[in-house]
Amino acid sequence: MKYNISNNGYYGDFGGAYIPEMLYPNVEELRQNYLKIMAEPSFKEEFNQLLKDYVGRPSPLYFARRLSKKYNTKIYLKREDLNHTGAHKVNNTIGQILMAQRLGKTRIIAETGAGQHGVATATVCALMGMECIVYMGEIDIARQAPNVARMKMLGAKVVPALSGSRTLKDATNEAIRDWINNPINTHYIIGSVVGPHPYPDMVARFQAVVSEEIQWQLKEKEGKTTPDYVVACVGGGSNAAGAFYHYLENTNVKLIAVEAAGKGIHSGESAATSVLGREGIIHGSKTLLMQTKDGQITEPYSISAGLDYPGVGPMHAHLYKTGRAEFISITDDEAMTAGLELSQLEGIIPAIETSHAFAIFDHKKFKADDVVVINLSGRGDKDLQNYIDYFKL
Amino acid sequence: MNRINQKLKEDKKLLSIYFSAGYPNLNDTVSIIENLEKNGVDMIEIGLPFSDPLADGPTIQASSTEALKNGMTTEVLFNQLKDIRKTVTIPLIIMGYFNPMLQYGVEAFCEKCQQTGIDGLIIPDLPVDVYNERYKATFEKYGLINVFLITPQTSIERINFIDSISNGFIYMVSSASVTGSSSGFGDEQTNYFKRIKNMKLKNPQIVGFGINSNETFNQATLSAKGAIIGSAFIKHLSKKGVNTIHEFVSGILR
Repeated sequence: MKYNISNNGYYGDFGGAYIPEMLYPNVEELRQNYLKIMAEPSFKEEFNQLLKDYVGRPSPLYFARRLSKKYNTKIYLKREDLNHTGAHKVNNTIGQILMAQRLGKTRIIAETGAGQHGVATATVCALMGMECIVYMGEIDIARQAPNVARMKMLGAKVVPALSGSRTLKDATNEAIRDWINNPINTHYIIGSVVGPHPYPDMVARFQAVVSEEIQWQLKEKEGKTTPDYVVACVGGGSNAAGAFYHYLENTNVKLIAVEAAGKGIHSGESAATSVLGREGIIHGSKTLLMQTKDGQITEPYSISAGLDYPGVGPMHAHLYKTGRAEFISITDDEAMTAGLELSQLEGIIPAIETSHAFAIFDHKKFKADDVVVINLSGRGDKDLQNYIDYFKL
Repeated sequence: MNRINQKLKEDKKLLSIYFSAGYPNLNDTVSIIENLEKNGVDMIEIGLPFSDPLADGPTIQASSTEALKNGMTTEVLFNQLKDIRKTVTIPLIIMGYFNPMLQYGVEAFCEKCQQTGIDGLIIPDLPVDVYNERYKATFEKYGLINVFLITPQTSIERINFIDSISNGFIYMVSSASVTGSSSGFGDEQTNYFKRIKNMKLKNPQIVGFGINSNETFNQATLSAKGAIIGSAFIKHLSKKGVNTIHEFVSGILR
């Protein structure tokens, strides 16, 4: 069994490029060039340099002593929350802005839900002096005001998505429409391992720096490159793809993907795609997605804006279907409690997305000598208001 | 012979109209089709609404959303159309996104189309290569013509490939845009229409996107076999309702 992508752009049954003909030249140009460009020495050098000097990589792999003691296992945290802009998202946007430059593009578009990817995109556009347009659902704009302000301060134009449910999936639709309308000069920086091939693979490769570092960092600390478990939260799935990447084909390393159950898997307000989704097509990719019996895409719910996407990336659909990864669904309440616990045991306030990954200990028991790496994908500054409201702080 | 092929043999420029099934009202579908035929329209694209229509501009997005709110589903549409061939003889095409068809079952969908008297399909997000490898045999088994899009950015090799696996017409998208966003054609479009005409493809071309008037219809059909109007017709339905279809069609064909 192979878990990484095939030559024709599929993870098992999932992936591909189900796109209108209007997008074909753009996507095809990217498909033909992305691996070549990523292999160029000058590209690698610039990418690595920026990750080091601008993003602040490598991010530490931190042994969480008190958390480990409480759950009687060895827990390491991969500190993506310490990256510039506060999450793993910037690994991908750095890679894609360099890709866009080499493709001769001058205008950047992106979608964003909570605003983290929008901020990471606006940041690299400022860095490179490129025009930046970020599509964001009208409803998300209202509930993520600080990130909207950040994007504007960074010089990006934030365009409200007014169609459909006016959230992340509609922002993605609007970005795709923009790309159809501007096929020559524009590059679309997708924020997760979703969309038509080659996006899921390209984004996974840019995020793969996470597991690449885990390997040598763990070697220093534990004398081996492989943990027993890697745990990450999954919305579209980019931080999980990065944390899993170098372990995909090594089945001694168990992978745990944590989804948002919202108010409960069967409450009607959930984003647990592996349980509630069926195979179908969303944003140009064949994958698991939440939809009606009739094939209309439905609106997910989670307290964390970064996890309420109605699909998962095709890699994760494949990991789920083959059983390579274990999928666990965590409710809003469980996630919030876990976020508070991490804050008070380790002095780290996580993003609410990330908090979901810390809530698995009631669902999954580990042995005392298990090495468990949790990808701490983002910091909680952006979620402070949500924590305040929830805990009445 | 498939009604589409028969129609394409007629010595005239063809007017094809797109509308979203279930809009403005759920049960307008049949009367819109009958009215269009009565007023001289040559071919109809029945839009199967989708929650996330990537290739469509605001007008068709809105009519699709409204149609879904009205209760339109694949099953409802087939029920509405079950007796359509008792009254309507012009070619009928279902245009929709791939996911609802995939959920219905591609073979079941094609079989139902044949039983209903549907002549062809336009599925913007079903890529040419996937169709060719996985679905072509099924479409052909049920006598359905699948129509592909080309755009000003489509390469010559790809146009030739699309021509080779098409057996009806080629949907020529007038400019790099989503539906309903262009106003009028310039030199760029005219040159593109001519360039395609000079390729002498085996399939005739019908132009879509950006046609909204007698003038744009005539410009488009100078080189092409026909033209498709969608957003402009839906705007007309929104403003003036189903009973004034004759006004719209005569405005285009005057």
